[in-house]
Amino acid sequence: MRNPSEFELSRRKMLIGAAATSVTAAAPTRGSAQSADGASPAKTQVNATSKVSITVNGQVRSLDVDTRTTLLDALRENLHLTGTKKGCDHGQCGACTVMIEGRRINSCLTLAVMHEGDRVTTIEGLGTPDNLHPMQAAFVKHDGYQCGYCTPGQICSAVAVLDEISAGIPSHVSADLLAAPEATAAELRERMSGNICRCGAYSNIVDAVTEVAGRKA
Amino acid sequence: MKSFTYERAKTPAEAASAAARIPNAKFIAGGTNLLDLMKLQIETPTHLIDVNHLALDTIETTAEGGLRIGALVRNTDLAADPRVRRDYGILARALLAGASGQLRNKATTAGNLLQRTRCPYFYDTNQPCNKRNPGSGCAAIGGFSRPHAVMGVSDACIASHPSDMAVAMRALDAVVETVKPDGSQRSIPIAELYRLPGDTPHIETTLAPGELIVAVTLPKPVGGKHTYHKVRDRASYAFALISVGAIVKEDGTGRVALGGLAPKPWRVEAADAELSSGAKAVTTKLLAGAKTTRENAFKLPLVERTLSAVLDEARR
Repeated sequence: MRNPSEFELSRRKMLIGAAATSVTAAAPTRGSAQSADGASPAKTQVNATSKVSITVNGQVRSLDVDTRTTLLDALRENLHLTGTKKGCDHGQCGACTVMIEGRRINSCLTLAVMHEGDRVTTIEGLGTPDNLHPMQAAFVKHDGYQCGYCTPGQICSAVAVLDEISAGIPSHVSADLLAAPEATAAELRERMSGNICRCGAYSNIVDAVTEVAGRKA
Repeated sequence: MKSFTYERAKTPAEAASAAARIPNAKFIAGGTNLLDLMKLQIETPTHLIDVNHLALDTIETTAEGGLRIGALVRNTDLAADPRVRRDYGILARALLAGASGQLRNKATTAGNLLQRTRCPYFYDTNQPCNKRNPGSGCAAIGGFSRPHAVMGVSDACIASHPSDMAVAMRALDAVVETVKPDGSQRSIPIAELYRLPGDTPHIETTLAPGELIVAVTLPKPVGGKHTYHKVRDRASYAFALISVGAIVKEDGTGRVALGGLAPKPWRVEAADAELSSGAKAVTTKLLAGAKTTRENAFKLPLVERTLSAVLDEARR
């Protein structure tokens, strides 16, 4: 079998080259936001790497990463867990949603080095093709996707949403802050609003999550 | 993203001291705003001080019957706390109106207060922005200004503060507790935390360099009906065009604070005194001296109408 890192290396080189070009183009117009502090950060070059140990899907994984590496990039580029997707890379689309200690987060907006000792669950840790997680099976059954790119994030988010409802965490649409929330369509739509689906499979996603919520109850 | 070195702080005083000592250092907690800005090179720290392990993540009842909220309490946990849901409904409502579930799981109480504006010109490094690049000018004035501020603005900046939570904190008279680089502590009423832009819009708060927020304290519950009404372009997961937070007591008195309208959560105590006279009287006091653009003048009648709806809801 072909070593996956060979492909990755050549692809990364290409991306690095593209990034360098765009940086050069942007440099003359870039503002120096910190000039009031008397520092000139743009001229300072820091080469920093850090060791970090993260438990991913039950396995302890030790990494030596550039401090800039997001958890998302560590999962995809270092650990080759490409189920977690990079959409906007700015916390706006939810494609990168994973769970840390059971809580959903945007893995693009956190650094790998900040997660020493944390337990991360990705889509690969929820189920396998032969043994689907109930949420994965429900998405398949209800056709909760078209292109599938946002789906790993949708599924990780949905699993955590049902846990949040079980834990009694209210939402913007909960009429009574003190009552136990229920997995109604309105609640699911509000709670899933951080996961964008470009194909617009929302109604089928609600059906899938509703079915799993019903099984739980 | 520019390169940076990284350390995990062990105590608040150590973190504050390091932030003041190391040039161009920044604290990182939830990181949901800072990393977004670092990717765009709007923020370019060369050293990050991770404060996530400072054990500032508990909510305690104070001797006065209020709450002391650790700086690192995540937005989700603050909104879900039974005491907050029971006694500070405006705060729970404001938190739940902001961001997404994923972001609220990570974003912290102090970080929410210190998040930066979402002015599109602040985000676009090809545009002049006095906040991002002091002295370069303001592209929002005369540009696309629909989401911008109408109160407390200057000729240098019309950016609005994006936080929902801060609006509730302002209505509740929250007090911010900090540790300074020399290890001393102080308390800042939230009314005194934010600076108006004037001709230095890049200086946003009264915090000293390196000063670290360690907690936010709420006075004892004031009772009344708590509401937070946010008006936005989408039903969920969008910043406010305007928001109205109100606490209304049975006798019709109370407090009002506004979001999406100013460079800080907007409250005018003289306007609170008009609450029993109705929305028009309150709005007149709240928005006196408003400076609108052609694109954001709609915010003035929108505040009055939203407040009217909020007061109707409170009387029900």
